[in-house]
Amino acid sequence: MIRVAQLSCGAEYSGIQKEIDRAAEKVGAKIIYPEVSLEDILNVEKKFGVSVASGDLNMAMARAVRIVENPELADAVIVMTCFRCAEAAIIRSEIRKFIHEHSRIPVLSYSFTERTTAETLLTRMEALVTTVKYRGLLARENQKGLTAGIDSGSTTTKAVVMRDNQVIGTGWVPTTEVLKSADDAFAAALQEAGIKKEEIQAVGVTGYGRFLVGKHVNARLIQEEITVNSKGAVFLADAQKGPATVIDIGGMDNKAISVQDGIPGGFTMGGICAGASGRFLELAAKRLGVEITELGKLALKGNYKNVAMNSYCIVFGTQSLVNSLSMGCKPEDVAMAACHSVAEQVYEQQLQEIEVKEPVIMVGGTSLIEGLPRAMEQLLQTKVTVPKYAQFIGAVGAALLVSGLLEG
Amino acid sequence: MAKVIVYPPTSMILSDLVERMGHKALVVPESVRKLATADEIESPPLNVTPEEPKKGLRYAAVDVPSGVRGRMALIGPLIEEAEAAIIVEDPGWLTGCAGCSRTNELVRLLIRTKGVPVLDLSYPTDDAEAKAFVQKIKAFLGELK
Repeated sequence: MIRVAQLSCGAEYSGIQKEIDRAAEKVGAKIIYPEVSLEDILNVEKKFGVSVASGDLNMAMARAVRIVENPELADAVIVMTCFRCAEAAIIRSEIRKFIHEHSRIPVLSYSFTERTTAETLLTRMEALVTTVKYRGLLARENQKGLTAGIDSGSTTTKAVVMRDNQVIGTGWVPTTEVLKSADDAFAAALQEAGIKKEEIQAVGVTGYGRFLVGKHVNARLIQEEITVNSKGAVFLADAQKGPATVIDIGGMDNKAISVQDGIPGGFTMGGICAGASGRFLELAAKRLGVEITELGKLALKGNYKNVAMNSYCIVFGTQSLVNSLSMGCKPEDVAMAACHSVAEQVYEQQLQEIEVKEPVIMVGGTSLIEGLPRAMEQLLQTKVTVPKYAQFIGAVGAALLVSGLLEG
Repeated sequence: MAKVIVYPPTSMILSDLVERMGHKALVVPESVRKLATADEIESPPLNVTPEEPKKGLRYAAVDVPSGVRGRMALIGPLIEEAEAAIIVEDPGWLTGCAGCSRTNELVRLLIRTKGVPVLDLSYPTDDAEAKAFVQKIKAFLGELK
C-alpha cells in the first residue's frame, strides 16, 4: 500500500475529503496524516521559515517539516488547499518547494473547489503512485524487443511500433470512436513498420481511453499519461539524466512535469478552461482559414504585441480573435497572439506550480505548431526543445516502458 | 436564558462559562454533532459534503474559497441565532480555532454587524488577568435576560 501524506487546508470543510480518499483507494494508495504536536505547530516558523494566520496551514507546514525529517513516514505527498485563497496559494507552493528541496519524495499540489471529484483527482493520484510503485520501471532508459504503444487522447489517437530503441512505425488519427480510432492508429503504425500484429511482444496504452483500449488490445501496461509522457519526452529529447521540464499542451488539458533522471518529481495537470489548450488553437486556425498544421508557420511571421488577446476563456478568446480581425489586424499577428495567449496561460497557471529546469521539452501535437514553442521560449527566456516524434510522445513512452515488463 | 455565540466559535472554555451562567452557548461542536449524528453519513467523520459550501453562499460569495463557505455553513446559522456574543481577541490556538483566518475574520464581522450586545476581551496572560477575564464574562452574562 502506497502511503500518500495529505497536507491540506479546507478539504474537510469543502466536503471533498471523501473524494480524495476514494481517488487514493482506486489507485491502491492510502491517505495518511503525519502526526504533529502543538509545539511543532507553534514552532513552525523556526523550521519552515514562516507561520501564517490560518491554523490549518501552519499544521500543513508542520507536517511537511515532519516528513522531511522522517522521510520513511510517507511514500508521496499531496498538498491541497482551497482554490482562490491567496494565503493558501503561497503556502501550498512553499510546501511543495520545501519537500522538493529537502527530500526525494514526489509531490503533487492541487487547489480544489467543492466540485472536485475523485475522477478529477484520479489521473494525478495514479501518476503520484506510479512514480513510487514503478520507480525501477520508470528508470528504464532503453526500449528492447518489438513493442507497441498506443496513446488514446481526447483529440487524437497515436500509435507507434518500436524495435530495439528505434521507432519503426507511426499511426495518427483523430479520435472519434475510441476503439476504432485505436485500431486504425495501431494498424497504420504496423503497416508503416511492416510488422504483423501477432509479432508484437507487448503493447502499452496511455491517454484518456487507456482503460477501454488497454482491455481491447490486451495491453501489458495501462498507464496514465503523466509518467508515460515524461518518459517518452526525456527519451526522445535524449535528456534521461539530470533535470528536465516537460510541457504538454493537449487538446483538452495541459501537463507540466518536473523530471529528475527520467522520473517525475512534481507535476501539475490543468484543464479547467479550454482557452489554454489545443482546442483554442484549432479554433483560431479555423477562423483564420488555415489548416492547423499551417497556423504555427503563419504565427512565426507575426508579432503578438500587435493584437490584444486573452484566451483565459475560450469564448472571450474567440471574441478577441474576431474583434482583432475585424479591426484589420494581420492574420499572422493574430496567429502569433493566439499562440502567445495559450503559452502565457500555461506559464501563469501551471509552470508556477513546478520547478522549471532546463532542458525544457515541449511535446504533444501542439508542440508542432511552431508559434507555440516560440511563445514559450519568449516567456521562459530559455530554449525550448521539440524532439522528433513529439506528437507521438505518449505512445513512445508506453512502448518503451512496456518493454521493461518483457524481462520479467 | 440567552443564546450566546462565542469567538473563537470552537472554544470549549468559553462555552463552559456561558453554560455555567445558565445561558445557551452557540458553538461549532454542536453544529458538527448535528451533522455527524445525521441518519445518513455520506462523508465521515464530520459528514461535511459539497452541499455545505453551497449553503455557505448565504454568508460569502462564490469567489470566496470553498473551505471558508463550508465552515460558514456551520457557523453562519449560529450567528443568526445569537442574542449576545463574547469575542476574545488573540485567543491562541489552545482556546479554539476554526483553522482558517479568513473564516475567523468573516465570523467576527458578522457578529459585530448583527447588532447584539458584544463583550470584547483580550486573552489573559497571567492569573490576575484570568480572574478579571472570568469576572467580566460573569458580569456580562449576568446582565443578559
